[in-house]
Amino acid sequence: MGTKREFRIWRGDENGGDLQDYTVEVNEGEVVLDVIHRLQATEAPDLACRWNCKAGKCGSCSMEINGKPRLSCMTRMSTFEEAETVTVTPLRTFPVIRDLVTDVSFNYEKARETPAFAPPADVAPGDYRMQQVDVERSQEFRKCIECFLCQTVCHVIRDHEENKQAFSGPRFFIRAAELDMHPLDARTDRKEYAQAEQGLGFCNITKCCTEVCPEHIKITDNGIIPMKERVVDHRYDPLVWLGSKIFRRGQVPQTFVTSAQHGGAVHSSAPHGGVHSHAGGSHDAPHEVEAQRGVNWRREVPHPTAPATDANGKLPLTELTFDRAAAPSPFGDDITFPLPPEHLNFAHPSQDEPKH
Amino acid sequence: MTETRIERHHYDVVVIGAGGAGLRAAIEARLAGKKTAIISKSLFGKAHTVMAEGGAAAAMGNMNSRDNWQVHFRDTMRGGKFLNNFRMAELHAKESPHRIWELETYGALFDRTKDGKISQRNFGGHEYPRLAHVGDRTGLELIRTLQQKIVSLQQEDKRDHGDYEARIRVFSETTITELLLDGDRVAGAFGYYRESGEFILFEAPAVVLATGGVGRSYKVTSNSWEYTGDGHALALRAGATLINMEFLQFHPTGMVWPPSVKGILVTESVRGDGGVLKNSDGKRFMFDYVPDVFRKQYAETEEEADRWYTDPDNNRRPPELLPRDEVARAINSEVKAGRGTPAGGVYLDIASRRSAEEIRRRLPSMYHQFKELADVDITKEPMEVGPTCHYVMGGVEVDPDSGAAFGTVRGLFAAGEVSGGMHGSNRLGGNSLSDLLVFGKRAGGHAASYADQLTARPAVAVAAVEAAVETALAPLQRDTGESPYTLQQDLQAVMGDLVGIIRRENELVDALARLAELRERVAKVSAAGGRRYNPGWHLALDLRNMLVVSECTAKAALERQESRGGHTREDHPGMDPKWRQVNLVCSLDGDTVRLTRKPLPKMRGELIGLFDRGELAKYLTDEELAEFDALAEEASK
Ligand SMILES: Cc1cc2nc3c(=O)[nH]c(=O)nc-3n(C[C@H](O)[C@H](O)[C@H](O)COP(=O)(O)OP(=O)(O)OC[C@H]3O[C@@H](n4cnc5c(N)ncnc54)[C@H](O)[C@@H]3O)c2cc1C
Ligand code: SF4
Ligand code: SF4
Ligand code: FES
Repeated sequence: MGTKREFRIWRGDENGGDLQDYTVEVNEGEVVLDVIHRLQATEAPDLACRWNCKAGKCGSCSMEINGKPRLSCMTRMSTFEEAETVTVTPLRTFPVIRDLVTDVSFNYEKARETPAFAPPADVAPGDYRMQQVDVERSQEFRKCIECFLCQTVCHVIRDHEENKQAFSGPRFFIRAAELDMHPLDARTDRKEYAQAEQGLGFCNITKCCTEVCPEHIKITDNGIIPMKERVVDHRYDPLVWLGSKIFRRGQVPQTFVTSAQHGGAVHSSAPHGGVHSHAGGSHDAPHEVEAQRGVNWRREVPHPTAPATDANGKLPLTELTFDRAAAPSPFGDDITFPLPPEHLNFAHPSQDEPKH
Repeated sequence: MTETRIERHHYDVVVIGAGGAGLRAAIEARLAGKKTAIISKSLFGKAHTVMAEGGAAAAMGNMNSRDNWQVHFRDTMRGGKFLNNFRMAELHAKESPHRIWELETYGALFDRTKDGKISQRNFGGHEYPRLAHVGDRTGLELIRTLQQKIVSLQQEDKRDHGDYEARIRVFSETTITELLLDGDRVAGAFGYYRESGEFILFEAPAVVLATGGVGRSYKVTSNSWEYTGDGHALALRAGATLINMEFLQFHPTGMVWPPSVKGILVTESVRGDGGVLKNSDGKRFMFDYVPDVFRKQYAETEEEADRWYTDPDNNRRPPELLPRDEVARAINSEVKAGRGTPAGGVYLDIASRRSAEEIRRRLPSMYHQFKELADVDITKEPMEVGPTCHYVMGGVEVDPDSGAAFGTVRGLFAAGEVSGGMHGSNRLGGNSLSDLLVFGKRAGGHAASYADQLTARPAVAVAAVEAAVETALAPLQRDTGESPYTLQQDLQAVMGDLVGIIRRENELVDALARLAELRERVAKVSAAGGRRYNPGWHLALDLRNMLVVSECTAKAALERQESRGGHTREDHPGMDPKWRQVNLVCSLDGDTVRLTRKPLPKMRGELIGLFDRGELAKYLTDEELAEFDALAEEASK
């Protein structure tokens, strides 16, 4: 009942290689991994490929099939036309070891850098009490099988080796999100960590990671965006922002991180090529997020800050030193009205209640 | 011999296997301050444990406060048909709740009850809902949690010593091919990196085996390529013994059709949540297969069975929830009687019994898996299922308290599926995951204290290393032998056809003859290609392990002339109380497998007192019963 199908499989190692043609028998109901196994048992006994469960549960068998990152054990042959040549290549983002096997140690290094769960100090084992609704958000992320398909597809590192150091990738953003949403995790700085150490700011929400995730985890909507939102909230502080604007004009060195717009810039050394996007993505990602959200009524109201003063305890600007006649606008001279909605502050009466 | 590069490492404890048992053992050894290595054939976090779906059994009593360790102990012994090592079953029942709670402190997020505790679900053979679970991906949660705990220990070490790997290091994609001894003591382990084919030598006084099972010797199996019985074989060659090797669990409901999902399991929770088994006549046949010992606990009519789902206290459970071996045997009989599906299975139907929405909510990954892999919609059509090789009860004979291997070797420990005794002749669903944690911790801890009390480190002999190198390279250097893939297929055919779920004397004799033939061929196997990530070579090296373990199974299966748990002899269909007193012990004598009989340890009075006499009468000999009566009389005085 089998039919002969054409396959092109990348064979080689770190020194190079090429696509080789194979004609293989394919039976009804088989997946790409079955075909690779048949090749191993016949023509190509040393064809290297990872797999374990053949059931989409372990995340070992990731490869690129017709250019798309996929689990080969979950890719049915019936999804291809009979005359279609199926091209199988190793994951592009990671260095090749041999044939379809790549060196994914990048991911394990990033995993090791992400701070682990911090158990609450005063709760004994066996006394953990959590409601199902509260654990569900983290549970979604814990479905991750670490197939690293999201990692390989993310454009920030897919073609930009140089970004790998500063960028952990979507798999580890959702790890941070998972811990952030864990009802009993004792650490409170998961978001700040994601921003400052994991390179969350590089991500411009192209959602490619969500699209490839075989576990259907809503990586961007449920993980990355909420992580970004709160980082924005914490960092956005109009008074600091205003103060620094004035500073800048007065040529006083700036010390504040001023707005969400530059979230990704905490790594001053981060290469600029970081924020690329492919077709369909926006070039001004944070702005796009803001726009998608509309007005953020739940934003935390900034704490009042003392005015920035000089060494003499005076405001750096006086009428005498100022460069124009009349008093400066209390909002900063470069502000025009009406203010963009995302700059509004409004404490909604139910702001502190959880979202659902 | 040509110059071969061998990387050398020194550790206090080497753990072979990165599944639940291995990781838990490594955590314990590291917490005891030992320099620990974890070795795994696959990547970190991919071991077989990720595949476990149903849950981890622990008598926490969250769903029913009547549950406690005594009840769990009773269920385990019953499931194993009283062949279990009672002490292991006792420790397991007592300690598993603590091991589960401990996982929460590592960050695990189990599904919750209304009052915020860990939710527990029903499973075949367990009297109360007892399985802590996370949807149907409990194994993933377990392994990820342990993996992340190891990362957190590494972060501590980084903080204190400046290096993540100061005290615990993971060697992934590394296969151990040989244990090295100094006299009767473990001195180290030898293996190769799969990636590069380079050799690696670990010098360590204590080794914990946690290599999992042997299922790859069978054609239809839920097990992955890792399950070639390496740990079983390593232990044998090091002078340890294996017990209960005749007992293999065939999961009753593996998919038999379509081929892309063949061997994939349909979790027991499908039956726990209302799924029923039907033959090709549409009959719900399990009611015809309730054995006498279970008669009291199981419903006799469909009506009563259906009421149980909503009112478990006042109704008896549906026979679909009988222990696995009973279900597997029932399916086998139906198929043999000509009432099976075209692909040789039976129907498992949940579609007609629960709403599509409910099925999707309760069995999310099951639903997606079949939809994506096979285009089967389990909310619309019944599944075609049949027995699949799933779990090996047999394994390294160990001291129940410490996990130290018996036999002539010292410094060798075993935990998890590779160890034997805990589950007797049949494992209850969910008992494995908790077994990994309980005995993983014990083995890791005792390996650490064993290493502590040594006054001198055992030394690795150069000759032994040279021999190991030679054995490992041999298949690459031969080009006259057969392909390892052909040999594996032949081995699978022998085991599947002749040492499968139902066994007969003449077939077993035949199997042994064929295995002997295969042994010759395996000794001459040749692998094409080089040393870098060459799966053909890897398989060639695994074959000899699969072979020796298969011989153990076939020999023990021939010897045990009764049917019990995971061992069914068509020519000896009944359970024989005399055989309950016997463990079959395999050891290696030079090259050949030697089989000896050994009496089972006797259960302590207070433990046997947990059962009622009527039940014991089905398992014990008359002398044992007389002893029990004497005990009972004394107690009542
Ligand atoms: C589909 C499926 C579903 C299951 N569902 C359940 C369930 O619901 N509940 C339950 O309790 N149990 C379940 N089980 C059983 C349970 O999952 C296993 O018994 C258990 O995970 C075994 O764990 P382990 O730690 O002993 O070994 P594993 O997790 O299998 O790990 C073995 C490790 O040893 C390594 N290894 C092996 N050989 C070598 C070597 N030569 N050198 C180096 N490393 C080596 C492997 O790479 C691997 O890391 C299920 C099993 C399967 C297959
Ligand atoms: S959404 Fe962000 S993390 Fe995901 S692929 Fe796009 S840039 Fe990468
Ligand atoms: S988040 Fe999804 S795509 Fe990324 S590693 Fe996990 S399972 Fe794979
Ligand atoms: S083999 Fe495990 S996900 Fe494909």
